[in-house]
Amino acid sequence: MRTICLYFQIHQPFRFRRYRFFDIGGEHYYYDDYMNESILRKVADKCYLPANAVMLDLIKKYEGKFKIAFSISGTAIDQFELYAPEVIESFRKLAKTGCVEFLSETYSHSLASLSNREEFEKQVLKHKAKIIELFGVEPAVFRNTELIYSDEIGSMVADMGYKAMITEGAKHVLGWKSPNYLYFNALNPKLKVLLKNFKLSDDIAFRFSNKSWSEYPLTAEKFVSWIKAIDKNEETVNLFMDYETFGERQKKDTGIFDFLKAFPAMVFKNTKFKFSTPSEVVQALQPVAAVHVPHAISWADEERDLTAWLGNELQWQAFAKLYEMQEKVKQANDPKLFKDFEYFQVSDHFYYMSTKFFSDGEVHSYYNPYDSPYEAFINYMNILSDFEIRLNSILSQDCSVEVQRLSKLLQEKEQLIIKYADQLNKDDGYNKPNVKKAVKKEKTKTASVEKPIKKSASGKIVETTKKASEKPKAKNVAGNTVKK
Amino acid sequence: MKVLMFGWEFPPHISGGLGTASYGLTKGMSKIPGMQIKFVVPKAYGDEDQSRMRIVGANDIEISKKLINYESFLREIEYIQINSKIVPYTDPDEYYHAVKEAKKEGRSFIYTNFRGKLPFTGKYGADLYHEIANYAVVASELAEEGDFDVIHAHDWLTFPAGIAAKRVSGKPLVIHVHATDFDRSGGSVNPAVFDIEMKGMRIADKIVAVSNLTRNTIIEKYGIDPEKVVTVHNAVEPLEEAEKLILKRNINDKIVTFLGRVTLQKGPEYFVEAAYKVLQKMDNVRFVMAGSGELLNRMIIRAASLRIADKFHFTGFLKGDDVYRMFSISDVYVMPSVSEPFGISPLEAMQSNVPVIISHQSGVSEVLQYAMKVDFWDIDAMADAIYGLLNYSALSDMFKSHGKEEVENMKWENSALKVNEVYQSVVK
Repeated sequence: MRTICLYFQIHQPFRFRRYRFFDIGGEHYYYDDYMNESILRKVADKCYLPANAVMLDLIKKYEGKFKIAFSISGTAIDQFELYAPEVIESFRKLAKTGCVEFLSETYSHSLASLSNREEFEKQVLKHKAKIIELFGVEPAVFRNTELIYSDEIGSMVADMGYKAMITEGAKHVLGWKSPNYLYFNALNPKLKVLLKNFKLSDDIAFRFSNKSWSEYPLTAEKFVSWIKAIDKNEETVNLFMDYETFGERQKKDTGIFDFLKAFPAMVFKNTKFKFSTPSEVVQALQPVAAVHVPHAISWADEERDLTAWLGNELQWQAFAKLYEMQEKVKQANDPKLFKDFEYFQVSDHFYYMSTKFFSDGEVHSYYNPYDSPYEAFINYMNILSDFEIRLNSILSQDCSVEVQRLSKLLQEKEQLIIKYADQLNKDDGYNKPNVKKAVKKEKTKTASVEKPIKKSASGKIVETTKKASEKPKAKNVAGNTVKK
Repeated sequence: MKVLMFGWEFPPHISGGLGTASYGLTKGMSKIPGMQIKFVVPKAYGDEDQSRMRIVGANDIEISKKLINYESFLREIEYIQINSKIVPYTDPDEYYHAVKEAKKEGRSFIYTNFRGKLPFTGKYGADLYHEIANYAVVASELAEEGDFDVIHAHDWLTFPAGIAAKRVSGKPLVIHVHATDFDRSGGSVNPAVFDIEMKGMRIADKIVAVSNLTRNTIIEKYGIDPEKVVTVHNAVEPLEEAEKLILKRNINDKIVTFLGRVTLQKGPEYFVEAAYKVLQKMDNVRFVMAGSGELLNRMIIRAASLRIADKFHFTGFLKGDDVYRMFSISDVYVMPSVSEPFGISPLEAMQSNVPVIISHQSGVSEVLQYAMKVDFWDIDAMADAIYGLLNYSALSDMFKSHGKEEVENMKWENSALKVNEVYQSVVK
C-alpha cells in the first residue's frame, strides 16, 4: 500500500495584554480579549470555516476515500467556544464522516514534555477528555507541541498508552534515510513514529505563493507528479502543516483553496496513492527501523530544534521561573490559578521572546503582539510576578491553618513526653536519685562551662549525664519525626 | 582621493556629537589607501590630534585681499539676526559669556586681528552667523589654492563654506547632515537656519544622512530628491583600556541614568515621569540626570513636586572621564529623545556594559538589536522597561554580553567606506 497522510495543526494562544509592572499585585487579568477575539474571528472566517467546508465537500465527493487528521489545541478549543462556536460545529460535522482523525496533545500547547512529566500527563489527559467530549472519539495517536520529539518523550507517550506519535523528518536525524516509511521509537518499539516529509509539506505551507521560487506557480498536477516520482518502495508521504496555511498564511487569492480541491482528484487520477489517517498508516504498514532522536527536535525554522522557544537567556529564565511554580500551583489547588497556569505554558509566549528573528524573520512575526522579544519577556515576567503573589497569598492562608494544626500536635507530644519521663522514673525507682544528681551536676557544669571541662574529673560526670538522658531524648526525637 | 572637509569642531574642543562623529569618520577614512583629508575648523588650538590629517585652522589664513568676496558671502545670510533660540549645542554658562563678550566688545562686522587674519572662537554662540560668513570667506580662499577632488561639509554651520568652495573650484560638494533644525527645535524651525540648510542640500551633489530617520526628514521636509540622499550610520570609537574607569559604588541602590543636554530635543521630562512610576513600586533605585540645558530648572522643580527629589539626582554637565565614570556605576541608561538624528551616547553606554533604553525616534534605534526601544512619549513602556531591566536579570545579562559585542562591530571604518562610495559616485 502507498499512501498520503494529511495532518493539520490548529492552535491559537491566549495572548497577553500589555501588563505593566505597576499592575503587579493589583490587576489579575492578563489577557487581551479584544486582540484574541479579533484574531480568532479573522482566522476563523478566512481559514477554519472555509477550509472545513472544502474538506467536508472533498470527503463527501470521494465517498470516504479522502481522509485527514487534525490536532486542535485546548486553548484553540477554548477560544472557539468563546468567540466562534460555529467552528466547533463544523469540526463536529467533519468528525461524523468518520474520515477525520483527531490527535492528542497537551491541552495548552505547552512545552511541559521538556520539563515536568506530571504536568505533561495532566495536560494530555485533560486534552483527551475534551476531544472525547466534543467529538466522541478517543485519540490514539499523539502529536506533541510543534512536533517536538525525542526518544525520551516518545517513551513517555508510549507509557501513556498511545500507539503512535508524529514528528518532523529532520534531516540531521534521518541522514540518508527517507521520511516516507513508518519508524518506531528507539526506547520503546511499541510506539510507532510517523515522520513529516518536510520538503513536500513546506512546498505547500511556505513556498506556495512565493514568486521568487523556481517552481512557482505550484499546481496540483505538478505537486502530484513529485509524489508520483517518489521511489516505488517508499510507502507513505506525510504532509504535516499548520491548518492556517489555507486562507491565512497563503491567502485565498493565491489559489490555495483551488489547489486543495484539485489535489485529491489529481492523486486519484495520476497515481495509485490513497489517503490514510495516521492510525490507519500505523495499522497498515510495518515499521522499518528505529529512529534515534537523543536530542529533541521540532518542526521549527531551519535547525528543527528547540531554539525558537528555548534558545536564549530570556527564554531559559522565563521557562525555569514558570515550572518552579508548578508545585505551589498544585498545593494552592485553585481553579482560577490552574487556568492561568495553563495559559502561561502556551509555547507561543516563549516564541515571542526569540531573538532568532534578527536573522531569519517572518514566521516569528506572525500575529506577534510584541515589537521586540524584550517586551515579550518583560510582559511575561511581570505577569508571573503577579501570579506568584497570588499563589503565595493563597498558600500563606493555608499555611496559617497548617501551623495551627502542627502546634496543637506539638503540644500533645510534649505532654506525652512528660508522661513517659515520669513513668521512666517510677520504673527505675532506684536510679531516681542518680538521675537527679546527674542533671544537677550537668547544670553546674554548663554554668561554669569551658574551663572546668578540661580538668580530669569532669569526664566521668559527662558520661553519666549522657546515659541518664538517653531515654527521654530518644522519645523526644521520635516525637519530632511524628510531627514532621 | 583628496578631500577638503569643513567641520566646526574637533576633539578635544567639542561641545556636541558633531565633533565626535566627524572625528571618528575622518579617522576611519584615513585608513582608506590614497585618501587625503584636509579638515578645516574655525580655530585650531594646536593641541588637536594631528597624526591622521592636516588640520587647517581658518584663522591662520590671511583674508585681507578678499574683503570684496566677503561682502558677497555676507549678503547671502545678511538678514539673520542673532537669536538665542537657534544657537545649537551651547551649554548655558558658555552661552551667557558669549553674549556678554559680544556686548562688551560691540562686535558687529568682521573682526580681524593685526595681521589681517580672522580670529574664530570655534565655539557655538552669539556671533555665530558672522563666524559662518567668515568661514565661507576662508573656504573660498582655500578652494582657490588647494588641490582636491571633493568637498565635504558637516552640518549647516559649514554649508556656506562648502557652497563657496564649490563655486570657486567647481569641484563636487558632499554635505553631511548630522542633524536638521527640525530635530534641534522640536518643530518650530528657525527660518534663517532652514534657508541655509535648504540651500546646502540643493547645491550639494550628494547628501549623506546619519540615519534613515534623518534621510526621511531631508526628503520630506526639505523636498530633496531621494536619489540624492544616502544613509551612512554613525559608529563608535572603540574604548581603550585606560578609558575604562571604574568608580566605586558607595550605595547599594540601582542607578538609572539620563545623560545629555537637558533640552526639548532630548525628552528629559519623560525620564522624570518614568522615574516617578518606577519609584512607586521600587525603593532601592536612584535616578540621575547628567547634563545641563534650558529645561534643567523645570526638571528640578518637577522632581520636587513629584516628591522624588530624594531619589532623583542632578549632576550638571559631565565632561570626558566623568561620562565614563557615570556609566561605570549605572545599571540602566535611558535616552528618551524626541528627535535624535543618530545618538552616539547609547553606544558609549553599551561599551561600558550598561543596558540601554532608547526611543524609536532616534537614528541609533535603526542599527541596534540589543536595546529596549520605546516611543519617547510612552512613559508606561519606558517605566516598564526600566523595571524589567532592573528586576529580571536574564534581560540585563543578555544586553550586557551581546550588546557589547554588537557595538564592537560598529566600526567607523565601515562608515568611511560607505562615504568613500559616495565620493566615487560624484567624482567623474
